[in-house]
Amino acid sequence: MSHSLVTMSYIVAAILFILSLSGLSNQETSRKGNYFGMLGMAIAIIATILGGSVSGQSALEITVFGTALSGSFTVYGILIVALLIGGSIGARAALKVEMTQMPELVAIMHSLVGMAAVLVGYANFMDSTITITGVEKTIHELEIYIGILIGAVTFSGSVIAFGKLSEKISGKPLLLPGRHWFNLCLLIATFVLGSVFLQQTELGGNALIPLAIMTAIALIFGVHMVMAIGGADMPVVISMLNSYSGWAAAATGFMLSNDLLIVTGALVGSSGAILSYIMCRAMNRNFISVIAGGFGSASGGVAAAIEGDVQPIDAEETAKLLQAAKNIMIIPGYGMAVAQAQHTVYEITKLLRDKGKKVRFGIHPVAGRMPGHMNVLLAEAKVPYDIVFEMDEINDDFANVDVSIVIGANDIVNPSALNDPNSPIAGMPVIECWKGETTIVLKRSMASGYAGVGNPLFVLENTRMLFGDANTTMQAVLKVLKG
Amino acid sequence: MKIGIPKEIHQGEMRVATTPEAAAQIMKLGFSVSVESGAGLGANISDEAYKEAGVEIVTDTKTLWKQSDIIMKVRAPEHNLKLALEETDLLSSGACLISFIWPAQNEALMQKLAARHVTVLAMDSVPRMSRAQKLDALSSMANIAGYRAIVEAAQYFGRFFTGQITAAGKIPPAKVLVIGAGVAGLAAIGTAKGMGAIVRSFDTRPEVKEQIESMDAEFLMLDFKEEGGGTGGYAKTMSKEFIDAEMALFAEQAKEVDIIVTTALIPGRPAPKLITAAMVESMKAGSVIVDLAAEQGGNCELTEKDQVVVKHDVTLIGYTNLPSRLANQSSQLYATNLRHLLTELTPEKNGVINVNMDDEVIRGTTVIKEGNITWPPPAPKLSAAAAPQTEAPAYQSVVAQQKKSLLPPAVKQLLPAMIAGLILFSLGAVAPESFMAHFTVFVLACFVGYQVIWNVSHSLHTPLMSVTNAISSIIVIGALVQISTTNSTVTILAGVAILLASINIVGGFLVTRRMLEMFRK
Repeated sequence: MSHSLVTMSYIVAAILFILSLSGLSNQETSRKGNYFGMLGMAIAIIATILGGSVSGQSALEITVFGTALSGSFTVYGILIVALLIGGSIGARAALKVEMTQMPELVAIMHSLVGMAAVLVGYANFMDSTITITGVEKTIHELEIYIGILIGAVTFSGSVIAFGKLSEKISGKPLLLPGRHWFNLCLLIATFVLGSVFLQQTELGGNALIPLAIMTAIALIFGVHMVMAIGGADMPVVISMLNSYSGWAAAATGFMLSNDLLIVTGALVGSSGAILSYIMCRAMNRNFISVIAGGFGSASGGVAAAIEGDVQPIDAEETAKLLQAAKNIMIIPGYGMAVAQAQHTVYEITKLLRDKGKKVRFGIHPVAGRMPGHMNVLLAEAKVPYDIVFEMDEINDDFANVDVSIVIGANDIVNPSALNDPNSPIAGMPVIECWKGETTIVLKRSMASGYAGVGNPLFVLENTRMLFGDANTTMQAVLKVLKG
Repeated sequence: MKIGIPKEIHQGEMRVATTPEAAAQIMKLGFSVSVESGAGLGANISDEAYKEAGVEIVTDTKTLWKQSDIIMKVRAPEHNLKLALEETDLLSSGACLISFIWPAQNEALMQKLAARHVTVLAMDSVPRMSRAQKLDALSSMANIAGYRAIVEAAQYFGRFFTGQITAAGKIPPAKVLVIGAGVAGLAAIGTAKGMGAIVRSFDTRPEVKEQIESMDAEFLMLDFKEEGGGTGGYAKTMSKEFIDAEMALFAEQAKEVDIIVTTALIPGRPAPKLITAAMVESMKAGSVIVDLAAEQGGNCELTEKDQVVVKHDVTLIGYTNLPSRLANQSSQLYATNLRHLLTELTPEKNGVINVNMDDEVIRGTTVIKEGNITWPPPAPKLSAAAAPQTEAPAYQSVVAQQKKSLLPPAVKQLLPAMIAGLILFSLGAVAPESFMAHFTVFVLACFVGYQVIWNVSHSLHTPLMSVTNAISSIIVIGALVQISTTNSTVTILAGVAILLASINIVGGFLVTRRMLEMFRK
């Protein structure tokens, strides 16, 4: 394949990637979009392999325990083995993963991209066949340096994010004393090492040492950054790491002078950046302060004490309210997924819809643990996507809602976000379910008793509390509705 | 403990203090329940229905009173003509009486009850706080009275409530004015609205405006500044100027509306006179006035207590027993209120009541404790309507936040643009041609990404992340172009990179596919 043909294939691949992302703009075209992405990836890989960059034999010498195993492997052999092993691991993970574990999967996959960027950067640095000089060489070295830096931060940050999401690491933010100064020192060190690295490459000295030290610093920085971020801010962190993995690919593209990598990296990078922005806005948090860390552990509890009394309700009364209602809104939070109640909730939804009632789901952008997570969980429970709505779509409509059911959610339905300027979540947009006629809140228990409740919704006149495990109580409601 | 429910003896009283459903719940608390034979007949509840629920039926009034530790009634005790003795005398010493008492109006009764060494809980004295709402019998009864007021009005009103366009011509909807938007007023608004009338409402408390408007009724504004909210969510007496303005408004409305429902009451005072004889005269012939304040003297000058009269071609309804005219419904609600009170009184669920005077709700409700008059209770800590919040703290925090930033806002806004411009300038000054070509592609791709991603549906953000994840593994190209070198370290590094990236490619696309398959219509 000629060089131009390879470039042409890359252009086609880039267009397919753009089509893939635009295909996700709605449900009808989304599957097609995914296939476009696969096609683009296949074209890019095949064009590269056939393009002459991968060729012939490679003398690979591996020294194991002093014995030199010098063998001649074909490059294609390595390639196929790597692709097969990697592909089967990926396929297994994709088919096995629980939908509740999606954030973990995404986080660990980000780390792989980061690691790959680091490896490619080192490989490129050690590759002696590249012959360029002058400013171009300096820029090339700088690109390697930046590519490895971003890759390493993405890698270690994602590994920690994975640990936090899968609860292998505590979700509490780790706040070292003087952590901002620590970060600043790390930043200065990378700058200093960068200039040392460039000097060494100019002089032909051993530039590998500053590069390796910088990699270590970048890894520490990634760990430290994510460790300082609380569990509630994880959606932002995942989106941010998504963005980083894109920038890492783009930096690698600059390093290799490959426009396809640059385009793809830029697409992914801006995608992650936009998602981070959407998440920050949904929590009314400043991006900088999320990254600076220290927030997100306190989900309620510090707000002004709320006086009043909760009005409990039982499953039977809930069922009666539902039967009498015409327009029902279900507001799920991550607690619903934890209790595995989504299937029962859908059974109820189906039953009520068959009776001619209007049942809708209202989703807050941060309802799950990553952007759009709740939609996936509902889709898994077979809830049709055309009755699932975004917060902004339904907030003005609560005056017409007869019954809202809040399942496993707390902060996203907290009225003090709007009317208590001293509340820790003040200013965050919330689902205004209290404007409906009746709200039923499913909650495990009222731990803090009559006073000191963080959420004034619970004591509102038109709120009823249904205590107990979400799945058990929903099943009881279902039984009454059926009976 | 034994609970006894005697038959109500007040003239025209049809309600009963418990229903079979409520009795069953009360028995779960550990009590045994007896009902006087025929007590529920007025509310369409037969003795058999009680028996089915496990309630004992007692035919002799005296036996019932004597054997019961707790007597639950609707009306306050009075003289029993049939037995020719006072109900208070039937109470056994040390017993507990739960009913409406109206201690402020019935001082003699209070003295008599105290002399009997009994404990009395007055359902009209339940404090107005959110925790006590479920036992607030006044609200339950007011709700029914409001509903019934409209039903009574409809009976005497000679036209439809709802407007219609028929083959025979157009029918205008009835216009209803509800004065006082308390529980009864709101119930009346809701009922009239439900029947299709045009509803207007007036109240001296501006905080109820929202409630009125939420029911789709019109709130009549008075161009006058004075807060009418008293303690405990009740209204207070207004200034003379205010009342004059108010009366002018009513005079004007009276000429226009077809039905007036008045519910204006000020606790412990005679009802304010809001509708004068002149206003009644100015109303259209066939109009109806329902005066829910008839018991306290009436809001309308011409109302006659417990009577329906026609004056100046206007029907004036002065019934004071409206809840009793919907006896089954009011018995159900009242019985539920009593059941909630008993639940509060027996936290142990052992069938023994504990009149805990530290509990604010029980303290407020108890008017006589073991022969000692405990009424009136100390002022409640909580007002039903929260005091309007001052906005000062919010304002301060905003100021504090603004002080933190050192830069003037204009500079702050321009700063990112200035920094970006500076970076681009310095980059353009040093970068070679080949770099700039790639940089062009990069910047344009960023913008394409920005445009495309904003269109992505929020519900597809998770698939978006997994697909971008797969796509970002395009980094595999970087490894592929490097694998064929003579340097074996490079080959190994590239090989590992390919392995990692291919996990991502396959995993990312497959998991996206799996997720998208789940989305169904």
